Amino acid sequence: MNDRPWEPRIVAFFCNWCTYTAADQAGVSRMKYAANVRTIRLMCSGRVDPQFIMDAFAKGADGVLIGGCHPGDCHYGEGNYKMLRRFRILQRMLGDLGIEPGRLRLEWISAAEGDRVKSVINDMVEKVKALGPLDLPGQFQSWDREVMTEAEAHARAGHQEAK
Amino acid sequence: MSKPKVAFYWCASCGGCEEAVVDLAEDILGVVEAVDIIFWPCAMDFKKNDVEAMPDKSIVATLLNGAIRTSEQEEMAHLLRRKSQYLIAYGSCAATGGIPGLANQFSLEAILRFAYHDSPSAANEAGTRPLISSTQNGHALHLPQLREVVRALDQVVDVDYYIPGCPPTPKLTKAAVGALLEGKLPPKGTVLAPDIALCDECPLKASKPTDLSFLEFKRPHHVVIDPEKCILAQGVVCMGPATRGGCEAVCIQGNMPCTGCFGPTSRVRDQGAKILSSVAANVGPREVGEIDEVLSGIPDPVGTFYRYGLAKSLLRRKASKRA
Repeated sequence: MNDRPWEPRIVAFFCNWCTYTAADQAGVSRMKYAANVRTIRLMCSGRVDPQFIMDAFAKGADGVLIGGCHPGDCHYGEGNYKMLRRFRILQRMLGDLGIEPGRLRLEWISAAEGDRVKSVINDMVEKVKALGPLDLPGQFQSWDREVMTEAEAHARAGHQEAK
Repeated sequence: MSKPKVAFYWCASCGGCEEAVVDLAEDILGVVEAVDIIFWPCAMDFKKNDVEAMPDKSIVATLLNGAIRTSEQEEMAHLLRRKSQYLIAYGSCAATGGIPGLANQFSLEAILRFAYHDSPSAANEAGTRPLISSTQNGHALHLPQLREVVRALDQVVDVDYYIPGCPPTPKLTKAAVGALLEGKLPPKGTVLAPDIALCDECPLKASKPTDLSFLEFKRPHHVVIDPEKCILAQGVVCMGPATRGGCEAVCIQGNMPCTGCFGPTSRVRDQGAKILSSVAANVGPREVGEIDEVLSGIPDPVGTFYRYGLAKSLLRRKASKRA
């Protein structure tokens, strides 16, 4: 670890047709926004498997942002509605598992809304900063310290049998 | 030639897996004929010392059921691992954490506080709590330590095979023991059950609509389930689409939805995430308020989607509050 102050890491799943295009627009327009987001392009927000979101948290993300087309505008018709429905129960369930609602965010951003990519990312970074680190990898490590490794168990057994 | 040695052990479990072994009925005589059961605390009088005295790897297979949540269970898992050629996680608790794994929604302190003080049935005016070490009339007493996290067996020791189910069916148990005795074992790490979702063998499969559209969720005690119609199509959460088959749909045949005890197929990492994905995507409405109204019919998503699999889920347990 280095001495730099903690900065949140946010994984963003953006749909190819709207939000990713908007992020691209924000880029070519040289808009400046917080550098805490790692963007992953998917064809549709309906492709965001809840496993991706949980995996992102489990691997160290402090927040997950999903961007899709506005209701009615999905390139595939229904994908964004599927994401919305998953999001509503997933956010509630993650809350039950100690992951605050603010760490998972769903936004509709059309291809023309590059400035909204900027404002949403900046806003989310601020809010996740206020929540602090989630650090699930660190939690997993600390939980696992309460059990023996096989080498430790072996050494202990050898010691007992020698007694 | 001496018969192959086999051991059975239980950790955090209910005893149902022991019943499942007995449920082999007369077939158990064939098993007893073919193997030497050298350790089975539930049924036979052998001690830990007897196992410790055995050479390493001298037990052909140990079928261990139950989750690992105490220091004692952890120690026994390590001991049996060392003494066995094959260690088999038998039943949902050993394979995926099972019902005991649901304790991963709470801190250890919260569990102890409820069990010894706050539960309506607690009569404990002195506020006594079990101690790891105590002295009574000059005698030292040691108790196993409860861990903060409930674990599946493979989160503590290396596991060779998994036999899922709450409990596993006699048929799968027999097939596994047979494969073991004949040396016809699949690659290490295999779950000894079909690798396809339960819907595939469900007798109600033909009545499952291509497009589900949930307008309401009902829990099994709210409705009389029609035995001729796909249970999901009746608005009751059935884990079948996200659960490995092999049980021959025993719960469905008993007119109850699948609750997911066989865990996911090999293509799925997180069973709860998958069924959540499938069920939620098929909610009918498109407006947030109406969606929430429908989803309010699933008041406990963790307990519904991870009934047997929280310990092995991607998130494993409730995250602790950060300092």
